[in-house]
Amino acid sequence: MAPTTSSAPSTSPGSPPPGTGGPEPASGPSAGESRHLDPSLLLTLVLLTAVLFQGPVRGALAAPVMQSWMTVFVAVVVQALPFLVLGVLLSAAIAVFVPPSFFARALPKRPALAVPVAGAAGAVLPGCECASVPVAGALVRRGVAPAAALAFLLSAPAINPIVLTATAVAFPGNPEMVVARLVASLLVACAMGWLWQRLGRADLLRPPSRSVYDGRGRGAAFWGAVRHDVMHAGGFLVIGAMAAATLKAVVPERWLGSVADRPVLSVLALAVLAVLLSICSEADAFVAASLTQFSLTARLAFLVVGPMVDLKLFAMQAGTFGRAFALRFAPATFVLGVTVSALTGAVLL
Amino acid sequence: MRTRLDGQAQAALLFLLGATVLHAGLTDLHLRYVKAGLRPLLLLAGAVLVAAAAATAWYEWRRPPGAREPHRAPRVSWLLTLPLFALILVAPPPLGSYSAAHTGTALTKPLGFPELPARGPLRLGVGEYAARAVHDDGRHLRDRPISITGFVAANGTDDPYLVRMSLNCCAADGRPVKVALTGRVPPVLRPDTWLRITGTYTPRRTKDPVNGGPIPYIDVVRAEPVPAPRNPYDEVWNG
Repeated sequence: MAPTTSSAPSTSPGSPPPGTGGPEPASGPSAGESRHLDPSLLLTLVLLTAVLFQGPVRGALAAPVMQSWMTVFVAVVVQALPFLVLGVLLSAAIAVFVPPSFFARALPKRPALAVPVAGAAGAVLPGCECASVPVAGALVRRGVAPAAALAFLLSAPAINPIVLTATAVAFPGNPEMVVARLVASLLVACAMGWLWQRLGRADLLRPPSRSVYDGRGRGAAFWGAVRHDVMHAGGFLVIGAMAAATLKAVVPERWLGSVADRPVLSVLALAVLAVLLSICSEADAFVAASLTQFSLTARLAFLVVGPMVDLKLFAMQAGTFGRAFALRFAPATFVLGVTVSALTGAVLL
Repeated sequence: MRTRLDGQAQAALLFLLGATVLHAGLTDLHLRYVKAGLRPLLLLAGAVLVAAAAATAWYEWRRPPGAREPHRAPRVSWLLTLPLFALILVAPPPLGSYSAAHTGTALTKPLGFPELPARGPLRLGVGEYAARAVHDDGRHLRDRPISITGFVAANGTDDPYLVRMSLNCCAADGRPVKVALTGRVPPVLRPDTWLRITGTYTPRRTKDPVNGGPIPYIDVVRAEPVPAPRNPYDEVWNG
């Protein structure tokens, strides 16, 4: 009930007014222009309608559940947006200003060797998971072997210095959690890279298209990339924030306690929770620390799976690399992440 | 939905988003959702978004007629209007008594306790009082007036709580630290009212009905309503 009520202001963009139906907007300048509502006009209408009806909308949103839902929703968006914008800037800078030959020289020639190097590079570059998807897309476009780019995609948000520091702060009594997180995440990232190298098919990975900027100035290309990525990743961030808010505000916490007592179920449950909550990797260690009913191994699964597979990431991966890719990549990563976390937990924790 | 955002509409949306983020960062609005430390990054992100909007509009304006139109945004971009509405029109309040009643107390044992003045009245955060009462046996709290400030939450059956939400990262993972009220508790307490409680330590404790976590009591001597603080969350004491 929460999401439907809150999305009330968006009903106008969700349901096209009569007259806008018809074929996709053609890329040609003239085709179909007369049959489509001007998007700028539609945007203005949506905004004006929302302002006009703000009284009733506020009234409908006054229930405590809705207030709590909206607070969490806005918090996730506001917290993640700066990291997303910074990641998009980095990604656009890579795409426009770094020559493709740089990556070919920086990484070992053989993909089998490039995978662990790229995975370890994730430990040096501070980046949010929202940012790592477009960065990995830019790497693939720049000619880096997809297997290496995917290893970087998985490891960068999981084991960068900021995240490891946050983990150490969140588990002051268990410094082995930091080691376990680093080891398990790096293992999963490299294993997925090698797995893709052996089993992956090139046709599954829709190469992110950005070649349209060739022939334009660097400034135009840079800002075009920034605009595209913010619009794209931002939309998916909103989906993730809505999912996280729904789970946080609607699902009773009491359910968690009854799950925590069973070892296998608790590992699986926290891994699934990590997928659903879609929390940024900078923040998830503290959430894991607060799930005190659960074993350290279960919480390690939460920390390993979360930065690699979640609703928001899945949507972003589908948007960047194609749905066929995401449908195979995300479940494989999930299974591997849970298995490696359980093994690492058994050895280290 | 068939209508995709074209270049001008994207510039408008980027600008509104950047302006909203700047507005939240320049006022105290952002303190309802994120930690104060995120402010520089928020301002930077807002500025970048406004710059991206200006650049988009500029290149759109200079595009020679007949030149190929840049990519239209995917339909999912329409969703970016939702946080705009939420922030501009609704500006949801900080987490309050509803979240507090539905989330278990987040009290954990801290690494250590800094020294307190040996005698005289004490002014503590809700989280610090709770941690010292539960994990330090109230060592420095006995026999002295203590004042703590938080908002009221009640679950209908037990004694009312005085709560402060503590943030680890942002309001999405905000968790309450609760102190139960006993003694001269005002007869009518509206949830979400901010109170400064002056009282004394009592060894009495109860269990949080949500997660079984420990909740200490405070023996209330005086309760006075106070305005909500500028930053509603407890960032210092991550209990």
